[in-house]
Amino acid sequence: MDGKNLLEKLIQTSGVSGYEGKLAEVVKEFFEPYADSITSDALGNIIVLKKGQKSSGILMFAAHLDEIGLMVKKIDKNGYLHMTSIGGFDQRVLPCQEVTVHGKEDLFGVIGMLPPHITGGKQEDSIKLEDLLIDVGYSKEEVGDLVSVGDIVTINRNMRLLKNNRITGKALDDRAGVVSLYEGIKNLHSQIHDVDVYFVLTVQEEVGTRGAITSTYGINPDVGLAVDVGFGKTPELNAHDTLELSKGPGILVGANTHPNVFKRLKETAKKNHINYQVEVAPGPTGTDAWPMQISGSGVATGVLSIPLRYMHTSVETVDWQDIETTGQLLSHFVMYFNSKEMEDFLCY
Amino acid sequence: MLLKDLCELKGVAGNEKIVRDTIKKDLESAGKKVTIDRMGNLIVSNGVKSDIHLGVTAHMDEVGLMVKGIDDSGLIRFTNVGGLDPRILISKVVEIGDEDVPGVIGAKPIHMQKAAERKKAFAMDQLYIDIGTGSKKETENSVSPGDYINFISPYQPFGNHKVKAKALDNRIGCFMVLELIKMDLPIEITGIFTVQEELGLRGSQVAANNLEADLVLVLEGTTCGDLTEVEEHLKTTELGKGPAISLMDRTSIYQRKLVDKLTEVADQHHIPWQYRRNSFGGNDAGRFQHSKEGTPCLSVATPCRYIHSPVSVMDERDFEGMKKLLTVFIEEISKGGIL
Repeated sequence: MDGKNLLEKLIQTSGVSGYEGKLAEVVKEFFEPYADSITSDALGNIIVLKKGQKSSGILMFAAHLDEIGLMVKKIDKNGYLHMTSIGGFDQRVLPCQEVTVHGKEDLFGVIGMLPPHITGGKQEDSIKLEDLLIDVGYSKEEVGDLVSVGDIVTINRNMRLLKNNRITGKALDDRAGVVSLYEGIKNLHSQIHDVDVYFVLTVQEEVGTRGAITSTYGINPDVGLAVDVGFGKTPELNAHDTLELSKGPGILVGANTHPNVFKRLKETAKKNHINYQVEVAPGPTGTDAWPMQISGSGVATGVLSIPLRYMHTSVETVDWQDIETTGQLLSHFVMYFNSKEMEDFLCY
Repeated sequence: MLLKDLCELKGVAGNEKIVRDTIKKDLESAGKKVTIDRMGNLIVSNGVKSDIHLGVTAHMDEVGLMVKGIDDSGLIRFTNVGGLDPRILISKVVEIGDEDVPGVIGAKPIHMQKAAERKKAFAMDQLYIDIGTGSKKETENSVSPGDYINFISPYQPFGNHKVKAKALDNRIGCFMVLELIKMDLPIEITGIFTVQEELGLRGSQVAANNLEADLVLVLEGTTCGDLTEVEEHLKTTELGKGPAISLMDRTSIYQRKLVDKLTEVADQHHIPWQYRRNSFGGNDAGRFQHSKEGTPCLSVATPCRYIHSPVSVMDERDFEGMKKLLTVFIEEISKGGIL
């Protein structure tokens, strides 16, 4: 099945951190034809196994399913909903968004703000989260039990194609990574490989990389890669802190990357004429690879970053080619381990 | 013609052609003869002759954006057309030019911001549109300075009789004028669809210079601030309390005698109504009332929350009430006794 189709479905389906259940059904349907088994753990991570010929080692690729979102905090006397955020939201992206309130049933709403004659000349001040309201078109009485405090709210935004195969939508962080894992497992379908490969779709990354903690513990891999998104270059950002769109995934270098993994990813890319960039991150990466690295007796980790502009807005933008390229790098990386001793690879 | 169809048309101030053409086609298929003046205002008569001559008017234009230039990186810089709070633009999809090229207005990732940055709003000149191109030359293949930029916002009923749409200000008025012209009311009515209201009541000046009427009804979608934290006197209007009738705004003071007649008729017909309780903002009445030797005006509007944004919200019952009030009021005028 087409990866773009999966991406579109993933963008349309909501899965805020801790509430990823609906996404599980979507990914299972797509991964199933290529998997030897699909299981989930107590946190809700989806674990897709593609067994190797020799089971001579265990690789784990992780991409997170969850997205940032909002939660209803209060229903006021006029039926407007007040909200708090789940994950890192810049409240400045929220005014006048169309939303879905996942209440007793899904309700349409808009995020309202005060009209200019009331805010006066203060347009240079950022609006505060507590001054924004969700309008579901009902009075408090009419809302009744349709909405409750604690209900999840997501921004409505379908996938849209831009020029040059670029794609915009919400939650591309990290559904783009999920789809690159899908491209990777598809590439391996017709291949014979020695190692077992776990494609893990993790939960709760946005609130502290929690899904990776339990899933890595359960799988206990030799080598693990987090496939996430990296800051795409735009004029207001420092060029050296960013990745350029359309130039392949960033291969992260720094403490979170095992030196041999870094070297092997680069060499695999070069050998197979796959575009890549180097992303510098000496300390915490904020990705699933961060807890993965110190799980159990330690894991040789690495990070691949798909360049993405406007991170944590509802118009995140990626290049489809970068997703495909990342999938190719993943499958070639798996093939590298054919007829290799894992112990040799991991040796410092 | 449905309100939905009118709202979803693109018609940023100065670029009303699509709206005008659509209205023209609708009127012509109803057998009405239309004229278009040099500004682009569309004028139509209901074909009735009577002693009393009524003007009904609404502006066709909406607020939006325009391409100013293209950066070397291919990103598009833009400016506003009409009054727009730049804070509503962040994280939105827009369409550019006649080819409807999709683009996004993004924002700096929260991870890369300092805490103090988030206390400031993004200014218009910090924002840009990304259409997926990588160079100026590539962008120039599909976008040029001066192209109009439109919001995407399908007409969406929700909640209790609520509707979300863009351009409710003022396709609501356009819808009303169309209805009144096609309704066979027993009085001479000239319908005037104006341009460039959002830029300072520009089209209506020319239309007013060429109109001889006894009364002009200015029909609008108007501001509504009925959010919980807003003090009563600042709400201006409230959704669900009926059409809003103006006493005074920035451009006009309405003849109290006529306002009272209008509210009397509303009460007689048990149509809920409310005053527009704020003198902020103006509308085309400012031109019609003060042009030539002066023409009395009344302004009736459907309240719209989040006006001048892509997600304006109205209550269908206010809209229906406005339609009914206008119909019965014009019937009363045609019987004599009001003017």
